[in-house]
Amino acid sequence: MADRIRVNPITCEAHGMCAELLPEMITLDDWGYPIVDGRPVPRELVEHARRAVKSCPKFALLIEDKRD
Amino acid sequence: MSFSLAAAGPSLAWYLTRSTGTVALLLLTVSLLLGILDVRRFATPRWPRFVVDELHRNVALLSIVFLALHIITAVLDSFTSISILDAFIPFIGSYRPFWLGLGAVSFDLLLAVSITSGLRRRIGYTAWRATHWASYACWPIALLHGFGTGSDVKATWLLGLSIICVLAVLAATLWRAFTSPAQRVRERTLAIGLVAAFSLFLVLWLPGGPLGHGWARRAGTPTSLLKHAASSSTNGSPGQ
Repeated sequence: MADRIRVNPITCEAHGMCAELLPEMITLDDWGYPIVDGRPVPRELVEHARRAVKSCPKFALLIEDKRD
Repeated sequence: MSFSLAAAGPSLAWYLTRSTGTVALLLLTVSLLLGILDVRRFATPRWPRFVVDELHRNVALLSIVFLALHIITAVLDSFTSISILDAFIPFIGSYRPFWLGLGAVSFDLLLAVSITSGLRRRIGYTAWRATHWASYACWPIALLHGFGTGSDVKATWLLGLSIICVLAVLAATLWRAFTSPAQRVRERTLAIGLVAAFSLFLVLWLPGGPLGHGWARRAGTPTSLLKHAASSSTNGSPGQ
């Protein structure tokens, strides 16, 4: 059981709020698009990850529950 | 339930209606300005994007709280006969129906914008975005409601405050229009045209309208209330 963060590259418009709210796991490239460090979301960051997901104006940030 | 401080004087509810209306205008103005900063992706190290974004939302929600108080106290005030329906259905009341109706239109638009924002994930980005443009109708209609039926329009402090709000919103709208992508010429022309038309309307209308003589009568105050206001010597009666 591991929640991972994924970006939908089609809908993302580089608003960058996710990197402000979850800098531990998301950095921005030179054009302002997020780079997610693919590791599972640690327990202490779950709340921050949810807030980052909620803040995305384009709903391009997702938390995926991978149980396989 | 009586809110009256004294039988003959203005009631507490009426004072609250005026003050919450003024605060709501300020909050709506701040929310609109923050929304424009938000859409232009304004950010500094001290004011990151998410701060502007969440402040925009929270100030807008706070304006709804103040408008709820504004409406409830207007309904409770026994001097005017305003029903709760008048707050939602425009132009049906007996007390200054047109100017009160503008308030109802503006409140309905604000509710539409807020509810669709709350349901943003369900209705999708495009529908939310389309509805959110109604904010640019909500604000000027609310302002005209205040000018048309506000009891303190002629007070210098409120006139000054209103002018500051108008200038800030017009400047921010123009800034947004001029910083839009070059290919969106029609949107820019429309914005500049609307700003110019609204400014011109205010300049031409205000001196002879709400700032002129006998506005209370011309605005559609029932005759019985005008007589009542004329007979009482209170400085701040609604009929002034």
